[in-house]
Amino acid sequence: MLIQEDHDLLQLEGVNTSFFLDSSVLRAVDNVSFEIRKGEIFGLVGESGSGKTMTALSIMRLVPPPGRIVDGKIIFEGRDLALLPVKEMEGVRGGRIGMIFQEPMSSLNPVFRVGDQIGEILSAHTNLTNKEIRDKSLQLLKQVGFDEPNQRYVQYPHQLSGGQRQRILIAIAIACNPSLVIADEPTTALDVATEGQILSLLRELVTGYRMSMLFITHNLHIIKGLGTRVGIMYAGRMLEQNRVADFFKEPLHPYSVGLLDSVVRLKGDEKRLKAIPGAVPRLSELPQGCKFHPRCSKVMAICRGDEPPMFAVGDDQWVRCYLYRN
Amino acid sequence: MGQVLSVSELEKTYEVRKTAFSARKTLIKAVDKVSFDLDRGKTLGIVGESGSGKSTLARCLLLLERPDRGTVKFDGQDLTAMSEKKLRDVRRKIQVIFQDPYSSLNPRKRIFDTIAEPILFHGIATKDGLREKVMDIFQGVGLDEDFLDKYPHEMSGGQRQRVAIGRALATNPSLLVADEPVSSLDVSIQAQIVNLFIDIRERSEISMIFVSHDLNIVRFISDDIMVMYRGRVVEKGTKDEVFSRPLHPYTRMLIAASQGTFQAVKDEGRALADASCDYYSRCEKREPRCTQGVPELVGTGDHKTACFMERA
Repeated sequence: MLIQEDHDLLQLEGVNTSFFLDSSVLRAVDNVSFEIRKGEIFGLVGESGSGKTMTALSIMRLVPPPGRIVDGKIIFEGRDLALLPVKEMEGVRGGRIGMIFQEPMSSLNPVFRVGDQIGEILSAHTNLTNKEIRDKSLQLLKQVGFDEPNQRYVQYPHQLSGGQRQRILIAIAIACNPSLVIADEPTTALDVATEGQILSLLRELVTGYRMSMLFITHNLHIIKGLGTRVGIMYAGRMLEQNRVADFFKEPLHPYSVGLLDSVVRLKGDEKRLKAIPGAVPRLSELPQGCKFHPRCSKVMAICRGDEPPMFAVGDDQWVRCYLYRN
Repeated sequence: MGQVLSVSELEKTYEVRKTAFSARKTLIKAVDKVSFDLDRGKTLGIVGESGSGKSTLARCLLLLERPDRGTVKFDGQDLTAMSEKKLRDVRRKIQVIFQDPYSSLNPRKRIFDTIAEPILFHGIATKDGLREKVMDIFQGVGLDEDFLDKYPHEMSGGQRQRVAIGRALATNPSLLVADEPVSSLDVSIQAQIVNLFIDIRERSEISMIFVSHDLNIVRFISDDIMVMYRGRVVEKGTKDEVFSRPLHPYTRMLIAASQGTFQAVKDEGRALADASCDYYSRCEKREPRCTQGVPELVGTGDHKTACFMERA
């Protein structure tokens, strides 16, 4: 049986989420395993269609039909979320696990005051009185950096800027003191300056309240300044897991190397960028063997045969690539 | 050499209602007294966040949007004074690439026809030489022959953007305006397209205006940089000047953010005195002086900034 190590908050084991279409089955999340430890920010990085959002939705049990979790364990605070009855899952969602999504515009209800929208989650998950809920909502508004919470409380979403709306969503996400916050591209819709504001707020909250965070992004720069460990996804798989510092010093998987090379760095004086050839494959047309081998500069014969397993490279370093076979 | 483009005191103002139902209208200056020159064969990068007016400026240069004031001189001719009919001729020489290759290509047209259309329209090749010309362009943007008969939906985002670039190059333009051409693409594909732009620049005398919010990419591709904030140019200079010695606090913040260093910014949306620096409410170096008047773009040589506290 699985023994949960005491510093792990969330453990995914061989999670497999598939979409059942009329003529085919697409494996959006394929045998993904990783853990999130107490107090850490785990960055999940990948290009569009790599399965990072579906991994998050699987944890929340919010995979839209015709998709569903087919296999695997999602152990969170001692319970397997994949098997949890719907009623109990509702208590976890928004209670023990908070969520922040990409679109602050569409995640808030336009016809309710923002303060009441924070209060709503408190009344759903706690036994506080109305007065207590209001006080707690005001306190949350202050926590996410609003200087005049009383004025903000009565405002409607359209009266706020994108960054302010995203801060309201963060207040909702942390309202019930969750132990885990899942942030899915929370700053993609925001400007650079506002992005910095939101990211430093998230970092403060994680350290200040000893929460853990799963941070999903396609932007490697963000992870560099924010994360403790990072997972690289491609075609529904985890290709590499590494500590952030080591990853940026010496990425393991050829895909990670290519990804870092193709991000323009301000210091480099190269004339051209090193680009990864080809394009991200569609889930319906995945190649045999390693899913990255058609684009890989270090491809070997073995890569076209069986898909490589995860090899342990060092402490906390895993990579799905035959180059690291012992 | 010489200038391919000379823009002077360009202005574009939009009328906006405060809310959907209010009668009161406010004026928003999307482009405010913007002037710059672009030398032949050079690339100008325009950076700024959304709402900074960089896209409106690009559209004004192409006369897709009529500027309210100012002139846009292309090859010595003022485009703002030209009739639609004459403009059509000039547009052969100025081509544009937009952010979204999904919506800028006709979904009902084969790729061959998409690229052939401007060639035939501007009389660049005859029917006989058409296929050869299209093949040339195809090779130039790194696409296989197989794609000729495909439709846009059969291609990936990166391939579609290659088609859009090919179509723009089909008329042998002397100026290419690219508005966020890689922003909608995946990271690994962005690098391919950036390289394509660099190749195009190396093998022809083309001048480019490259609009983007991504400083890293703009730096890679441009000779000169122009930083915009709320419709105004707040800093302008050669790439090396702007990146090795950024003057405006906004430029410095953008560069820091693009390297993964985030500064917490003060609460946005504070009320401002009318006649003050636009960046005042967010500035880390603000002084009482900054609320007295709007800073002009000044400086020694080509490196200029619009900030009271910093001078080139």
